[in-house]
Amino acid sequence: MNTPAIAAAPAISNETRKSVVGQWLRTLGPFLGLAIVITIFAIISGNPARYLSIVNLRIVLTQTVIVALGAIGMTVIIISAGIDLSVGSVIALCGVVSAIALRAGWSPWAALMAGIALGGLIGCINGLAITRLSVVPFIATLGMLGVARGLAKWAADQQTVNIPPTWLNQLAATFPAHAWMLMAPGVWITILLAIVAALLLRNSVFGRRVFALGSNEAAARACGIHTDRLKLWIYSLGGLFFGLAGVVQMSRLRQGDPTVAAGVELDVIAAVVIGGGSLSGGQGSILGSMIGALTMAFLRNGCQLIGWPNYIQEIIIGVIIVLAVAADRLRSVKQNS
Amino acid sequence: MILLELNGIRKSFGATRALAGVDFQVRPGEVHALVGENGAGKSTLMNILSGMLKPDEGTMRLLGREYHPAGPLEARRQGIAHIHQELSNCPHLSVAENILLGIEPSRYGWLDWAALNRRALEILRDFHHPAIAPERRLQDLPIAARQIVEICRALAQNASLILMDEPTSSLQREDVERLFACIRRLRDSGIAIIYISHFLEEVREIADRFTVLRDGASVMSGSLQGATDAQIITAMVGRPVETLFPARRSSRTPERVLEVRRLSAPPAVREATFELYRGEVLGVAGLIGSGRTRMLRSLLGLLPANAGEIIIGKELLPAGARRAKIDALMARGIGYLSEDRKGEGLALELSVADNTTITNLASCSRWGWLNRRSQIEQTETWIQKLRIKVRSAESPVANLSGGNQQKVAIARLLHQGARIVLMDEPTRGVDIGSKAHIYEAIAEMAAAGNSVLLVSSYLPELFGICDRIAVMVRGVLSPARPVGEWTAETLMHTAIGAAAPAPGEREFLQ
Repeated sequence: MNTPAIAAAPAISNETRKSVVGQWLRTLGPFLGLAIVITIFAIISGNPARYLSIVNLRIVLTQTVIVALGAIGMTVIIISAGIDLSVGSVIALCGVVSAIALRAGWSPWAALMAGIALGGLIGCINGLAITRLSVVPFIATLGMLGVARGLAKWAADQQTVNIPPTWLNQLAATFPAHAWMLMAPGVWITILLAIVAALLLRNSVFGRRVFALGSNEAAARACGIHTDRLKLWIYSLGGLFFGLAGVVQMSRLRQGDPTVAAGVELDVIAAVVIGGGSLSGGQGSILGSMIGALTMAFLRNGCQLIGWPNYIQEIIIGVIIVLAVAADRLRSVKQNS
Repeated sequence: MILLELNGIRKSFGATRALAGVDFQVRPGEVHALVGENGAGKSTLMNILSGMLKPDEGTMRLLGREYHPAGPLEARRQGIAHIHQELSNCPHLSVAENILLGIEPSRYGWLDWAALNRRALEILRDFHHPAIAPERRLQDLPIAARQIVEICRALAQNASLILMDEPTSSLQREDVERLFACIRRLRDSGIAIIYISHFLEEVREIADRFTVLRDGASVMSGSLQGATDAQIITAMVGRPVETLFPARRSSRTPERVLEVRRLSAPPAVREATFELYRGEVLGVAGLIGSGRTRMLRSLLGLLPANAGEIIIGKELLPAGARRAKIDALMARGIGYLSEDRKGEGLALELSVADNTTITNLASCSRWGWLNRRSQIEQTETWIQKLRIKVRSAESPVANLSGGNQQKVAIARLLHQGARIVLMDEPTRGVDIGSKAHIYEAIAEMAAAGNSVLLVSSYLPELFGICDRIAVMVRGVLSPARPVGEWTAETLMHTAIGAAAPAPGEREFLQ
């Protein structure tokens, strides 16, 4: 009975080569996009030395932190074939709550943890709405987008919440207090968490089940995976990252602002998608999402350096998102034909 | 010795009674066929056995002990594995991850990749498929290999009973042979298999004993050797079926309604030339992947055609031209039944009435406004005519069984008033009762002076209903010959390319 297997072998090896090339393209694609963006802006800015200067790179990296943290959580959610639209509101709410805690005299550590924990709690509530009430993620988190924004404004009494100066304010400082840190602490934290999350997705049972869930939910369930429980974990984990992003946001503004970060969810989703994540699930990587987040930060920064107005940035980013996904579709169509 | 024993299993969903008393026994090392029309409750029963559903009443015993699994994982642990009708795997994960999904070897929550790949390879080796590498991503493998992976998943849990729900529905013949070899090997090692299939020939080929389900109850059980096809079919449909195919006399006339010349859509379709006459049913046989579906789709302008001419009546249309797109062809009386009923054949969420009238809304509208009453009334006549089992014309098509869904698709062709009907696998996944109704409808269409092109992988229906049969061989359509000139052997011989005609040396009948 060895013959069928052997007979099938030549066809397989040919396909392998194709898929290996495709896999490479998929991994390299985001890098290529980033390189193109940087090159183009270095040229049209007329001042590549400034655009690519260490100082500017630091600025870009610091600006990336919030979207990048959100994108780590969102990558896990999107791989599981889910979506979370409440990111922007959750960032605002967690930032406000963390600021209130600081103002009330909590230690910076406690305020930080409160912000992160609240994010996790909101993610958990999203997960419960999705699993217990069987509301599709798009709608459940769209509802949360409104609820969290409202709660933030309520908690802050529709004003910004000023905070006493603590080390928390240093999280997103472009030039950290200790010169040996080279980059803002937030950047280091993001890099560390990205590595942990990437390892988790690649090598943990949890991570592989996230892929299984996004790849084929029915199959995952038939194999005895508790898909509802898994989703609860996924949205809670995502929420923790959004909560942390909220604290970083507060730290950057040096105040809790209930109206901040409106629409950030779209940047976060865009970063994941530019990085090769598929909204239909089963596909995506932390590395890709980080490159996606950087691409958008370089774009924004380049536009600012050139002095283009905000609306031009919005148009360009909109076009880039569609092009990134179109390029990906083209790749997969070629692979399949 | 009895491996599994079911007694009086009942299950209802709301007011719908899915199972109304199922009793049967499975012995170790046997292939037990479970046959019945669509909607007879086979899938519900499988889901109960695999722990996805709980029965309302009745007892299940596994090796003499009470068996009531709390969920799919527990069923797996107790040695019952379920291989679904549609492949149920994760295309983005590796072969090894798929095989051990849900029971991955791990340490403190971290996956032990080495152990994972090693165990998967062991299982693949035990199953004589070492050529499938455990690290490969599943989506890069051919369908047959994916099915092997699913069987290996069952083996990974040391299954003593494997449930297979129409495992051959997406396989071609040679893969079916491989699957059967696998099944025999499993059986010989003492594993029992419950095998669901619509095809009696297939059941006879692989199974030892059978149980017939009808309307949720087990109505007949026994050894396949002791039962004739007629007896089994009678038990399935609850009434004697004299023949599956309507007695029809060829209604073919010499009037040519459609001619296709040298149609090509590389690489799948190299050359297709045929003529279709008024009142005839022309069959197109061929292996899966031989280009039959692509021929239809390029003919209809749904896939780009490279070259070719389509002549409808007296009008010549170059293939691929704007005038030869599907809307223009439909306006000229062509109707199309897609092989992908759920994907593009029907709008599942819409009602039977919407689906039936969608290609001919002019019949029930004026100045762009629908007359709902007329739409429903017209649909109801088709429901009666084709004996579609549905509560009302306004029920969503999704609620219907496969056979009845297909009848809705055919009702649409009839309502459209298509004179030239191109059907792709019209009875795939359809129960025997509905099959008979569909054949009847085809015969009536032809008798009424319409022409039917029937692409099918099911040889009995090609022989039972067609006037002429052509065979697609690796993208080349052989000349059509009267059905009497073919035998199942010569047809298969042609289909596998043993006697493929070269494009230049074709001769046309008539």
